[in-house]
Amino acid sequence: MNCCIPTISTRATRSPLNNLNTGNTMSSIKIKLHQQDIDKLKEVCASFNNDAGELINVLHKAQGIFGYLPAEVQEIISKELNVPLAKVYGVVTFYSFFTMIPKGKHPISICTGTACYVRGAEKVLDEFKKNLNIKVGETTADGKFSLSCLRCVGACGLAPVVLVGEKTYGRVAPDMVKEILAEYKD
Amino acid sequence: MTKHKQIRIALRNCGVIDPQAIGEYIARDGYQALATCLTKMTPEEVIDQIKKSGLRGRGGGGFPTGLKFEITRKSVSDQKYVVCNADEGDPGAFMDRSILEGDPHSVIEAMAICGYCIGADKGLVYIRAEYPLAIERLKIALEQAREMGLLGKNIFNTGFSFDIELRYGAGAFVCGEETALIHSMEGLRGEPTFKPPFPSVSGYLGKPTNVNNVETFANIPVIINKGAGWFSAIGTEKSKGTKVFALAGKINNVGLIEVPMGTTLREVIYEIGGGIRNGKKFKAVQTGGPSGGCLTEKHLDTPIDYDNLIAAGSMMGSGGMIVMDEDNCMVAVAKFYLDFTVDESCGKCAPCRIGNKRLYELLDKITQGKATMEDISNLKNLCTVIRDASLCGLGQTSSNPVLSTLDNFYDEYIGHVVDHKCAAGQCKALMKYVVIDENCVGCTACARNCPVNAISGEKKQVHFIHQDICIKCGACYDRCKFNAIEIQ
Amino acid sequence: MLKVTIDNKTVEVAPGTSILDAAAKVGIQIPTLCYLNLHDLNIENKPAGCRICVVEVEGRRNLAPACATDCADGMKINTHSIRVLNTRKTVMELILSDHPFDCLVCAKSGKCDLQKMAQDLGIREIRYQGEQSHYREDTSPAIIRDVDKCIMCRRCEMMCNEVQTVGVLSGVNRGFEAVVAPAFEMNLDHSECTYCGQCVAVCPTAALTEVDHTYKVIEALADPTKVVVVQTAPAVRAALGEEFGLEPGTLVTGKMVAALRQLGFNYVFDTDFAADLTIMEEGTELLTRLNKYLAGDTNANLPILTSCCPGWVNFFEHHFPELKDIPSTARSPQQMFGPIAKNYFADKIGIKREDMIVVSIMPCLAKKYECSREEFKVNGDPDVNYSVSTRELANLIKLANIDFHNLDEDDFDQPLGESTGAGVIFGTTGGVIEAAVRTAYEVHTGKTLEKVDFEQLRGMEGVRSASVDFNGLELKIGIAHGLGNARKLLEEIKAGTSQYHAIEIMACPGGCIGGGGQPLHHGDSSILKARAQALYREDAGKAIRKSHENPFIKELYEKFLGKPNSHKAHELLHTHYFDKSNQITIE
Repeated sequence: MNCCIPTISTRATRSPLNNLNTGNTMSSIKIKLHQQDIDKLKEVCASFNNDAGELINVLHKAQGIFGYLPAEVQEIISKELNVPLAKVYGVVTFYSFFTMIPKGKHPISICTGTACYVRGAEKVLDEFKKNLNIKVGETTADGKFSLSCLRCVGACGLAPVVLVGEKTYGRVAPDMVKEILAEYKD
Repeated sequence: MTKHKQIRIALRNCGVIDPQAIGEYIARDGYQALATCLTKMTPEEVIDQIKKSGLRGRGGGGFPTGLKFEITRKSVSDQKYVVCNADEGDPGAFMDRSILEGDPHSVIEAMAICGYCIGADKGLVYIRAEYPLAIERLKIALEQAREMGLLGKNIFNTGFSFDIELRYGAGAFVCGEETALIHSMEGLRGEPTFKPPFPSVSGYLGKPTNVNNVETFANIPVIINKGAGWFSAIGTEKSKGTKVFALAGKINNVGLIEVPMGTTLREVIYEIGGGIRNGKKFKAVQTGGPSGGCLTEKHLDTPIDYDNLIAAGSMMGSGGMIVMDEDNCMVAVAKFYLDFTVDESCGKCAPCRIGNKRLYELLDKITQGKATMEDISNLKNLCTVIRDASLCGLGQTSSNPVLSTLDNFYDEYIGHVVDHKCAAGQCKALMKYVVIDENCVGCTACARNCPVNAISGEKKQVHFIHQDICIKCGACYDRCKFNAIEIQ
Repeated sequence: MLKVTIDNKTVEVAPGTSILDAAAKVGIQIPTLCYLNLHDLNIENKPAGCRICVVEVEGRRNLAPACATDCADGMKINTHSIRVLNTRKTVMELILSDHPFDCLVCAKSGKCDLQKMAQDLGIREIRYQGEQSHYREDTSPAIIRDVDKCIMCRRCEMMCNEVQTVGVLSGVNRGFEAVVAPAFEMNLDHSECTYCGQCVAVCPTAALTEVDHTYKVIEALADPTKVVVVQTAPAVRAALGEEFGLEPGTLVTGKMVAALRQLGFNYVFDTDFAADLTIMEEGTELLTRLNKYLAGDTNANLPILTSCCPGWVNFFEHHFPELKDIPSTARSPQQMFGPIAKNYFADKIGIKREDMIVVSIMPCLAKKYECSREEFKVNGDPDVNYSVSTRELANLIKLANIDFHNLDEDDFDQPLGESTGAGVIFGTTGGVIEAAVRTAYEVHTGKTLEKVDFEQLRGMEGVRSASVDFNGLELKIGIAHGLGNARKLLEEIKAGTSQYHAIEIMACPGGCIGGGGQPLHHGDSSILKARAQALYREDAGKAIRKSHENPFIKELYEKFLGKPNSHKAHELLHTHYFDKSNQITIE
């Protein structure tokens, strides 16, 4: 029975400003970068000729390496590509693919495209939230799972669709959520 | 009855050939069109063929493709670019992904033809990073084309050189708008800029740039091979060829279809789509994604083409087609699309940034049963202002889902506002779960499963749901084996 | 030429003319909010984002933004149809619906473009209400960011990036949360902000305002144990009148002095005096380096760069630390005045340094930061206690119930109130170097300069170059105003291709007359030109027009400092610079 349609939003996943509003300042996002990470990052920039026009490609690669884009990573990219740091941050916060929050070991993404929506994605999402006790855009305390919503992944025939890491689950019903999570227990 | 059949032009090779084997593409006349263009035709002749074919942009706007080629050709510059827009972002649309995964060479070939026409030696594919398989296959295809000399310097010994690079989107629907896409390719925030200047005059890095979407490109080699006349014989007077749709929602057969322009919605939904699932009643079909509108029963026999859809209050968009049945509340559907738009608005212009947020909030108020008739009139005004005043296509069309549902389902809006009822039973705030006394046997299943202890009643006694505690989760309804709980 | 009809009036315009400009030609003022055009300075902000300027163009599906839409031949435009007016009003309501409703206590009340627009459009209710965006307020030594009031006009972002090339502000986030902010929403004082204040100068609302020290000054004036001394920068007298409704370019030197006296300052002095002093120190430094160079010394350290602009000093400390030995070590006039007042003058009137409060009236916001620098303090006591802007002075005058218009003109006190025409023109681009040339010429050649007006050094071009004949030696001079223009000259120096002997740099477009603390120009660059002309008028009317001829400057050197660049002069009047380029902390 199709009874309730709560608002599905990915907004919580963006806007690191919201974190800062709560007094969670810059310094708390600070992480330590090892010299080898810095070198790797500089190599990535160099592989794009330190061209400012390649900023988005560089950010993709950087997120591929670190899993997310902490402030320090953005600082290095800003220096290497000679793009003001504020502009780098402006780009990072514009695109929903980029994140400043580390993802879990097994990132869970729930498609909330129209087809999945019509077929009950929000109930599946609720079930994940309940089981993991986290909200969208958050990571579990043990760093194992993180939860996010995706716009259409183009697998509407399998709606509703859930992605765990690279693996796709189709026609997911709320009662399948526990089984799915069990696959990643260890 | 050929009219009812699907005709595969853009999808001609999808699922037929191995996309990772260039030989299979060539065996089906692949790169024949490029050879013909380069060796037997002048750029003007190629453009003329495309113009005569009547091909219009498949990304949503429907601008005549040949004309776009011609304008870019006429822009004088030392460097020009061909850009393929593969940042498919409409929820429920996946035709571009299917083409890139199933027939990447068709796009590569067409981009090279475009380069020849406009005088560009460089192409860029702006593709969603969320499409790893499409990226992979495109990379393989590019490598194979280079190896065979179909990309690179001096193609077919004609002195024409062309190569293609990939650029990745990063999750911003607005980047489907061409100026935003260009800014994104330049490493900037994907904010649109006012047109003119159009990209065909000043685009990527300030140079003339021809931007077309994947499906548009996929049509071009066929037009060259089979002729403009063959192509323009398909379709309606002003919309030629076929259109790929991603059929989804409450319909029996979901998936990609490719039909001639002019096919009716009824044919698509009932003949190809196999009708509504579970024998439910058709209510509406949404085309054009968040920029489109909801069409109803009365539009079922409208031939689908660019102009008819606009006249009916929707649009072609990139080809998403979502079918709704009687269980879908149209106010909630409009709210769903607005939620998407609010999330995807770039924030540059005030009407889109703030207006869509307020539009969403008004719709939310309606679905909560808290709106007044004054809100409805404010809603209408706001829709018009956002459409009239927004900077780019995203804002200019974002109120379409609201306007079209206001037009076609005004009663549902009134129902929410005046009677505080959601006819489809979808709006949580407007419904309540109650026990049907005659059916209740007092098994206590509902009370035990209620997460908020909103149900009281002794064993073998009739139970009672306390409305002030109930969160309307539906657990009691799901658990009751005696049909003793109903939704009002 | 194209012919267009606007509200039934026909006008002929050149191709490329916007509807906005075409309408202005026939007396139709289409309202704008985000749009900004400082024509004389080549500064334009045209994101077409606010959509207040929309008009109806016949045959067009939607409404067109007048600022960004070019006229086409035969166009028929309606700027006040019911559709246009309703759209404009609704859009305004939307903007206001995401804006705090605290006009009564807002720093910008009465000067706010948004408030004025709401009035002009007759907004009496806001039909659309909902969630408002909230951000943390950020207070730096000079600038307050109250981002809740940002309307995304992007003017500050354009100023910070395109004009100043400082790059501290950028559009961040997307959609409803989109706002202009520094990286990671960090505080400005953690960023590379130069406090030039150009963002404040163009902000249409109170999203960016200056740190207000008005009440600190009032407290100081009320303290009977303190002698309160005030100095006024040259550019202030050419702009203060605007705050009282006078025509831009009206000189109010005498009234300003009278008002300050009435406010209760014990001594009203002139920063122009310190400007003359700056010329003595900086000019001597120039000649020393020049003579070294002429003697064949390859380490002569030329060109010399002026150092009187604190925004510019912040800029090179952050962005060009490798060039930090090139600018003159002379302090800015504000910071020369401080130690002279607190040592020489305090001594003269027999009080201790701690019992003197020095207040400066500046066209500038960077001055607020400058006077708080550690190197400008003695045992924690700053040489200059408070730096307040021209706007804050106007507020002070209003607070003290002074009828500015009916004040009798008054004169500065002596000795630190005496100045020359050379000191006056410090307030506009090219003025410092012209003042320096007047003195350096005479010192270098030993001849009397007959014609003191160097027209070739004046103007509004962003980068200017000129040469002055120093008795056979062709002195090559570069001038840049606006930090983006300065960057061009600095890149040349870095590349070793600079051909100049001396370069004047001012952070703000137009120089101090266009400073971040000046009355708001609301996008009218003719105001800046009028202020510059006013300063040249004051210079022309001065009896003495060369710094080294200022009798009190002469006396200061004779009785206190010795010679220019003497040990004592170095101790009190010179400074050193720091490498503030951002370091990544690796642990």
